[in-house]
Amino acid sequence: MSNPQHLQYSKDHEWLTAADADGVSTVGITEHAATALGDIVYVQLPAVGDTVTAGETCGELESTKSVSDLYSPATGEVVEVNEAVTDEPALVNSAAFEGGWLFKLKVSEAPADLLGADEYSEFTKS
Amino acid sequence: MSPRLTALDALHRALGATMTDFAGWDMPLRYGSEREEHLAVRTKAGLFDLSHMGEITVSGPQAGELLDHALVGFISALGVLRARYTMICREDGGILDDLIVYRTAEDEFMVVANASNAQVVLDALTERAAGFDAVVRDDRDAYALIAVQGPQANGILGSLTDADLPGLKYYALLPATVAGKQVWLARTGYTGEDGFEIFCAPADAEHLWTALTEAGAPAGLIPCGLSCRDTLRLEAGMPLYGHELDTSLTPFDAGLGRVVRFDKTTNGGEFVGRKALEEAAAKAESAPPRKLVGLVSEGKRVPRAEYAVVSAPAEGESTAIGRITSGAPSPTLGKPIAIAYVDAAFAAPGTAVAVDVRGKHEPVEVVALPFYKRAR
Repeated sequence: MSNPQHLQYSKDHEWLTAADADGVSTVGITEHAATALGDIVYVQLPAVGDTVTAGETCGELESTKSVSDLYSPATGEVVEVNEAVTDEPALVNSAAFEGGWLFKLKVSEAPADLLGADEYSEFTKS
Repeated sequence: MSPRLTALDALHRALGATMTDFAGWDMPLRYGSEREEHLAVRTKAGLFDLSHMGEITVSGPQAGELLDHALVGFISALGVLRARYTMICREDGGILDDLIVYRTAEDEFMVVANASNAQVVLDALTERAAGFDAVVRDDRDAYALIAVQGPQANGILGSLTDADLPGLKYYALLPATVAGKQVWLARTGYTGEDGFEIFCAPADAEHLWTALTEAGAPAGLIPCGLSCRDTLRLEAGMPLYGHELDTSLTPFDAGLGRVVRFDKTTNGGEFVGRKALEEAAAKAESAPPRKLVGLVSEGKRVPRAEYAVVSAPAEGESTAIGRITSGAPSPTLGKPIAIAYVDAAFAAPGTAVAVDVRGKHEPVEVVALPFYKRAR
């Protein structure tokens, strides 16, 4: 699997787009994480208007075998959530970097420790 | 300690399986999507490596009497080439393991234990064999075990063997030649579907796996891992040792009192655990303990093992009334399901209760087990 070059990655296996003109970034989990979890059956996302903090829990991902916390890769206010993945959680498995995005965030503080695509690929190899 | 590898290990890795440690064995958890693997077994066919299961051969003139003494079933009454689901209990009635016993000859039986309990069962049988003219042999390394399960299993296997499959009944076995290899072919499984379990020499396992894969591909057979095996058995309402069964429970506590055969005529009717099990049977009649029931949720969050089951009164406080032993999203029902021990007062199908899912009470309904039964 390849990690898109235009994204940034957290060590908790989330990805983040560069902020657009309004300062909004899109967040999802990586294909590596989705594959490790197995078939995802339930996604609990933060609500629009919630403030989320980098590295802290902001939701849940439930797969056949386990429940995992969802961490936010950056601090900011949630401005949109992907209703499509709450209706059809399997989207996270089938299109982790595209249609399986989770929420959009008006970033107030960009974390310094995000990884580039190549660094993340190296990180997940070990 | 490094994990044990099955004879099919290289094939699993070549197939890109996600592996997991299971009772000290490195086993395939899934090859792709566990949901697709589950549905393949329900609608077509699935191929499993179950070589972690623990085979123990018991032979000799008194092999049947030994097993009647050591297990709760009436094993000597089993016909040759027949199989039986049974249990081995402690003197206090606690379940050491659930087993399938295959009678391979008049004076020979193959006992198949769970991987996690194989050593315990081997030790108990060896100890209990004292005084009987019978030999207990560890055959864990003598067999690989491959299962073909699903509605297409019969047709797939039929293309690889001359054995009389229509004549091979559920819970029966045959010595057979499959794809040129000598095997024990049993019509048993743990999925709720028709299917076969093939006990073969480890050296023949790759050949058989490949032959079954090729013969089965046109019918939709795919390799399946332990993850879907667990959801398949859960839907079929089959207990899993360590979840629904353990040493703190008797077969009567687990609603499986039927496996205890007080009517055995061998050894003067005595067997390990008899006295305690008689008491457990009487208690189950007079003061029913918690009952094993099914739970179905209309929500999306999954009740999982060890979560508390609580009452769901129209008003007032809810109280703890049981615990989940297994839970998963059911691919067949499309809803979360669970097996739980609940107080007898809440065990009737249709009772509304709730599960404490990480602090939030999710409503669930009590249903009769199994959740799924195949059409015959």
